Amino acid sequence: MSDVNSAIDAVWRIESAKVIASLARITGDVGLAEDLAQDALLAALERWPEAGIPDNPGAWLMATAKHRAIDMHRRSKLLERKHEQMVPELEERQELSVSDLDTGLDDDIGDDLLRLMFTACHPVLSTDARVALTLRLLGGLTTDEIARAFLVPEPTVAQRIVRAKRTLSEAHVPFEVPRGEDRDERLSSVLGVIYLIFNEGYSATAGDDWMRPALCEDALRLGRILAELAANEPEVHGLVALMEIQASRLRARTGPKGEPILLLDQNRSRWDHLLIRRGLAALDRAERLGGERGPHVLQAAIAACHARARTADETDWDRIVALYDALAELTPSPIVELNRAVAVSMAYGPATALELVEPLQSEPALRNYHLLPSVRADLLMKLKRFPEARAEFERAASMTRNSRERALLLERARECGA
Amino acid sequence: MRYMTIYKSVERNAPPSPEEIAAMGEFIEQISAAGVLVRTDGLLPSSRGARVRITDDGRFTVTDGPFAEAKEVVGGYAIIDVATREEAIEWTKRFLKVAGTGESEVREMYEQPAFDADPTQPSLHNAASRR
Repeated sequence: MSDVNSAIDAVWRIESAKVIASLARITGDVGLAEDLAQDALLAALERWPEAGIPDNPGAWLMATAKHRAIDMHRRSKLLERKHEQMVPELEERQELSVSDLDTGLDDDIGDDLLRLMFTACHPVLSTDARVALTLRLLGGLTTDEIARAFLVPEPTVAQRIVRAKRTLSEAHVPFEVPRGEDRDERLSSVLGVIYLIFNEGYSATAGDDWMRPALCEDALRLGRILAELAANEPEVHGLVALMEIQASRLRARTGPKGEPILLLDQNRSRWDHLLIRRGLAALDRAERLGGERGPHVLQAAIAACHARARTADETDWDRIVALYDALAELTPSPIVELNRAVAVSMAYGPATALELVEPLQSEPALRNYHLLPSVRADLLMKLKRFPEARAEFERAASMTRNSRERALLLERARECGA
Repeated sequence: MRYMTIYKSVERNAPPSPEEIAAMGEFIEQISAAGVLVRTDGLLPSSRGARVRITDDGRFTVTDGPFAEAKEVVGGYAIIDVATREEAIEWTKRFLKVAGTGESEVREMYEQPAFDADPTQPSLHNAASRR
């Protein structure tokens, strides 16, 4: 890639979401907006190598895309005139005038970005589609980058995005920030998508890497952007706090051979204290906004307990158990129960925890979840029931799709003796 | 990827004007809103600082500021999270446009590789991680 081309690439990463968001509001169609923005990028790739990169490249991209929109609008009006009787539906679109296009672009870009986030994470889309569309439209990732991050073939991602855009258009999903009761549910969908991206990076579900930190960074950036756009939402700051604190441990989570190192065994001096500070500040911001603590704020508060402890022994397990109790009440789920059991084992011993884990064995949602036998094995090991522990570690190893994690689990099985 | 950008310029005697402060404030808002800025600080005049150097025989020399012999001195730094080196450079250009003068050093920060670092192979990474 030439110097100019890589500079264009950088400008695109910084500006594309804003350009797409503005165009989406004007055209009312996310797919069309992205096509227009891509056209502007192509124009830049044609012109900038010769003419040089303009002084304000973002404004240039925006203006060029806007002109494409105007051209296209004029053409479609021409078309409409020809097919007037055939396309009465398009009449409604007549409110769109060239002057709208002009003023529209100067409006608050932040609102448009927020609309774009809500639209990309709309419940009408499958989770996979939400993730792909969010990374593509807001994260500025190429389909190829998304495909590599999720270990799926590139055409699969490309098709997923095309279909998602079609679904949004066919379902007439309005390009707006939802209000009222709808808003909470829609916001939690946005938060869910961002956290899913983060988690895929943090504990890669499949493949040879235990983590893919670039995805964590993408999710963190999206979260930080959202925190500026929806600054009054405690849950947004809760999610950011959670991600910042978890990301602070990235460096400490692998040993020299790439093997995973679990939280309590990590060298805490390797934690990123800058990120911890940012995380604690975000949590503080969430808590100062008041209201009932939501699931992300609670999870962030749990992560903060670990972050504040200088050594693993100093961890305030009583508080962590209390936070898990609150979380289990708010969002009851077998996975929360399992995590709560781990905290209980630290606070009150493995026997009490094992009692909490046993009923989870028949939980259909956990049937393929390798961390259930893994946690159970750990408790059995602490209770010196080694043969059972060994069998459970082996079962967990056979269930994970991540090879690094499998190696760790088999190692622990060996520690239980023959 | 995490970068540190270190800003150097000819040291002025006057503090920044309210306009300059406002323009820089606006830039910092933009780069924060983009989710890129992790941390930034400006530095007070070098007259309040010192240079400390260890000599070959293990003794120290301490030179009080201002660093008159240096044409340009470090005036501030920023830590940013970006996807590519080019993005770091693009943000640095935008910063310098607001600063109006000087130069920035754009340096990738050391991060432990997430996997597959072979400790038996001496490398820059391993040397750094042992520190």
